[in-house]
Order: sequence, then structure tokens, then C-alpha cells
Amino acid sequence: MGDKRTEQGTTELWVSGTEEPDWLVAGTDEGAQQMQRDETAERTIEQRGTRVIDDFVIDDSIDGDERMVVNMGPQHPSTHGVLRLHLELEGEIVRKVKPIIGYLHTGMEKTAEQLTFLQGPTNVTRMDYLAPLHNELVFSLAVERLLGIEMPPRAQAIRVMMTELNRISSHLVAAATNGLDIGAISMMFYGVRERELILAFLEKTTGLRMNHNYIRPGGVAADLPDGWQDDIAGILDRMPHALVEYDQMLRYNSIWRGRTVDVAIITKQEALAYGITGPSLRATGCEWDLRKSEPYSGIEQYEFDIATGSNGDAYDRYRVRMDEIAQSLRIIEQVANTMPPGDYKAEDAKVVPPPRKRINESMEALIHHFKIYTEGFKVPEGETYVAIESPRGELGCYLVSDGGSKPLRMHIRAPSFANLQALPIMMTDGMLADTIAAIASIDPVMGDVDR
Amino acid sequence: MSDNAEDRERSGVDHAPVAIPRPLPEAGVLANLIEPFADAAWELSSGQDVVLLPRAQLLDFAAAAKAAGFEMCVDVTAVDYQRARSDRFELVVNLVSMRHGERLRLRLAVPAEDPTVPSLVSVYPGANFFEREVFDMFGISFDDHPDMTRILMPDDWQGHPLRKDFGVGSVPVQFKESHRVT
Repeated sequence: MGDKRTEQGTTELWVSGTEEPDWLVAGTDEGAQQMQRDETAERTIEQRGTRVIDDFVIDDSIDGDERMVVNMGPQHPSTHGVLRLHLELEGEIVRKVKPIIGYLHTGMEKTAEQLTFLQGPTNVTRMDYLAPLHNELVFSLAVERLLGIEMPPRAQAIRVMMTELNRISSHLVAAATNGLDIGAISMMFYGVRERELILAFLEKTTGLRMNHNYIRPGGVAADLPDGWQDDIAGILDRMPHALVEYDQMLRYNSIWRGRTVDVAIITKQEALAYGITGPSLRATGCEWDLRKSEPYSGIEQYEFDIATGSNGDAYDRYRVRMDEIAQSLRIIEQVANTMPPGDYKAEDAKVVPPPRKRINESMEALIHHFKIYTEGFKVPEGETYVAIESPRGELGCYLVSDGGSKPLRMHIRAPSFANLQALPIMMTDGMLADTIAAIASIDPVMGDVDR
Repeated sequence: MSDNAEDRERSGVDHAPVAIPRPLPEAGVLANLIEPFADAAWELSSGQDVVLLPRAQLLDFAAAAKAAGFEMCVDVTAVDYQRARSDRFELVVNLVSMRHGERLRLRLAVPAEDPTVPSLVSVYPGANFFEREVFDMFGISFDDHPDMTRILMPDDWQGHPLRKDFGVGSVPVQFKESHRVT
């Protein structure tokens, strides 16, 4: 809702649910206009950081009083974890940015070489802790490609549904923290409220709210719980209303628009050059979604659209995430309606442990169970790279096996890691206050960056 | 080609040489890209296109790949094969062409005695962080990289953790400004 005082002194009121008037969409930053009334349009876009002048060289004649080096982070609340930014400021203008990372580095790629392929998902799920199921999926897909085994349709459908649910919960955190950083604290409450719905379902299905270890090489750990249709129906029922609420709170909010529109712009060419993927790339107008271009787990059976922006600014990145939530809901609805019957894991006795019931009856089942859990299954020699669309972009897994039961090398191509390279492009010659909006808009997860 | 000719002379075999065509992908972007590079070997690895390349040609090949439509370098990483191969390390570069919907993986053998590779940053600026990570984790350094420093480990860390001879659990925790274990 909003109101506007007209020149005659009466008040125009807009009630949510009706068609919004032009003045509302255009934004009513009256205070800002008054402050900058005498400024030319060029000066304004410079101040807002819209125009990026990349040929900046450090001028030695400027003495220390005018240029200040500020370390933002690693313990700054708006850096989404332990990201440290080395900022060179001239007054309030950021002249140089260098992201410094590694504070959360725990050597997970090294750890992966000590774990068997079956234990692998417990490790990778801790990397991008907001989208753990995507990490498990990409690792499992890589192992399965080396093994050359196919998943039954139900396992694939469960994987698609669970990862799309995870995408929604991850985008909700992105929007919630984005709001919190810029000052729209209500968005934090709203976003976490709906995320709780999804996490409750994930907990019911996998046993945990995060770090699920649910998607494993050979299928998923367990079938969907009884009454899952009702839970999904509840989520599908609630989310569209929630999206309208977010829109009312942020999309038509002139403060929100003022803080994000034309802030931290990145062009399509820059995004491609710097390897930026995911919503940040799609916000520049590039239609690139691995779910469409390189479909995995049978996601090509379901109808959905690629959400894109046009301007490549912080506002478009927020819009793309919101649109993606709506598209993920479409996918989930289709999966839930067409959930195939059958087994939720592959029928390969060398890879998939036998069900508990058969262990009591069959000696071979007991031996297989014992061998898989002690020694692990052997994966044929080879190397492969598998990529899926995580909420943050292209999540890749480069896996090398030497024929043993542990990977020779497991590398995760972390989308947040590459996307962080966009920060200097976005922030250079922008305002210091906009760094907060820029960081929040690319939604980095430091566990994913540092691994 | 000249090597083969010399071999034939030495062995005294005079029958016409049977030209064995090197395997090339089906006609398309990839075939056109690889064709001019005589030393580049193409293979399919678990259904994916892989090009094995001598490291001296990396920059030329990357420039040609970018011109051919591979807009994005999504990943640079390395593998330590230790004694399993004559050249200990292998650098792995993943390229994506959105225009053609293709993926291409470059693999380069890097010997342990001289672990240097030309940097891709001039062609693909996005390789910057990935190359720093490879340097940090494997000790492979990149020529003409704008900022060849450690990225994940502390600046004064000793050794390169993802090398196979860097033990797990056997290295005492290193603290800054204190007794250092070599």
C-alpha cells in the first residue's frame, strides 16, 4: 500500500490487489529529488555507481588524507559470512575493491579424497549450506556417470522435486538477507517464515534441516514420507500468496527501488568474461539455465520458463530470484502430479546397499551390505565433469577415479567463488553504501566460496 | 610428420606411409577449432569432448576457442597423478559455448620439475580466482597472472595442500608468528 499527496492537497491512496498506479511503480523518492535537484542527470548516475569507469589508475599525488583503505569484514554482518573486502575509498566513492577469501577454508576437496564414494555426499553437502541437496546431486551425478548406471524414474523425480524445493528455500534466504542488509528487516521475517515450511518438509523427508546426505550415488536415501502430497500441496498453496506479499513489500517500495535499481550494474559481456552464472547472469538478459541447456535427472519433462532480467542491476537480480521461485513451484507441482511409482534407488547390488529386510534372509545381501559400508564400491577409472544449475549458478563437479573406492580427485566448481569476481566490477566508482547492496545481490555463500 | 619420415628412413621400410588420421569430432564447431592445432589430441571421456594440449599452445588455443564461440571459462583446476604418470600434474580447463551449446575440456600435462603454465587471464578474465586456487593448492604457477598469490590458505602457509604428498592429519596446525614446523 502507498499514498501520495497531490498538489491539491488531497491524498491518492492505492490499495494492494488493485492495479498499481504509475506514480507507485515509478517510485516516489521525493527527498532524494530535492537533494539532487540541481544536479545533472550525469552526475546522479555517477553518484549511484551506474556508470563504471574502469580505467581508474591510482593517483599518487592524492595523499593519504584523501584516500582511505578500509577493511570491510571478515566479521562484518553484511558480508554473509567471513568475506573480507579491501576497499580503497575517496570520500564515499569506492575506487578499488579486492575480495579476500579463505577464512572458511576447511580443505573439503582434500577430505573428499579420504572418503569413499558413498561417504562423499556427507562432505559435499556442507559446502553450499543453503543448497545442500544441489551439492549432493552434482556429486552423485558425477559418480553415476563414471559408474554408467541409470536412475529409476521415481528417484529422478524425487531428486528434481527436492532440489527445486531447496532452490526456493535458498532464494528465500537470499531475498531475506538482501532485505536485512538494506534495511527492509520485515523481509527477513517473511522470508524465513516461508523457508520454515520447506525446511520442515525437508526434515520430514531426510531427517535433517540441512546437510541432508539424502541424494546419494545410486538414488536417494529414503522414499518420500507418508502424506507428502499434503505437505507439497500446503507449500504450493502458501507460496503464491507469499510471493504477492514480498512484491507488495519490496517491488513497489520506493526505498527498496532506490537502493537497488541501477545499483551494482554488470553487463552481459562482463558477466560472460568473468564466468558469472546463475541469477546474476540471467539478470543481465542472458538466457542461460543449465536446466534447459543441459537437463539433468529428467528435468526436461517439466514445463518451466527461464527467468531473466534486462538491466543487470541489484533489483533485477532480486526479481530474477523471485521469478525463479514461481517457476520452481510450477516444476514441483508437475512432479507431484506425475510422481512415478517404483523404486527410489537403482537396482545395482554392487552400488546400492540391500534393504534391511533382505539382510536377514540372504547371506549375499549381508556380504554386499558389509562390503559397501566398509570398503565402498569401486568406480571405474575415468574422469568427468558434471554441471547442474544451483541457486547460485553453475555448480560443477570434476571427478577423477583411479578405479578404487575413493576418488583420486574431487573438485567442486563453486558458483559463489566465480561470482565473487563480479564484486570489483560492480562496486568500482560506486558509493560505499551500495557495496552492501552489491554483496547481498550476488548472494554469496562463503562455505561454497572457500570449501 | 618429419619424425615419422626419419623413422621410416632408419628402419629401411620404403612402402608408402599409411596416413592414420587423428581422431577428430564430427564436423562442427569443435572440429573446426581443433583442426589447425596439429598437436592437439581429441578424445571422448565419459561422453564429453576433451582436448589434450601441449601447454605451450594453451593461450593460442584459448584465443581460438573464444573466437569460435566458447564465451566462458567456467573452471580451471588440476589433478596430482603423482607417480602414475610421467608428468605429475594435469591442468583441467572447462570452457562453455552458449551460442553452440557445447562444452569443451582442455587437459594439459604439467611436469613436476617445471610447474608453470601460461595464464588464461588475458583471454578469460574469469580464470583469475581459479588459477590462484590452483597455485595455492598445487603449486602450479601461471605466467603473466596479474596477482599470483595464495587465495584460500594463509599467505605464510608452507606447502600446497592438494598435492598427494601433503599428508592428512600429519601436519601440525600452523600458527602465525610462532614456532614453525617444517
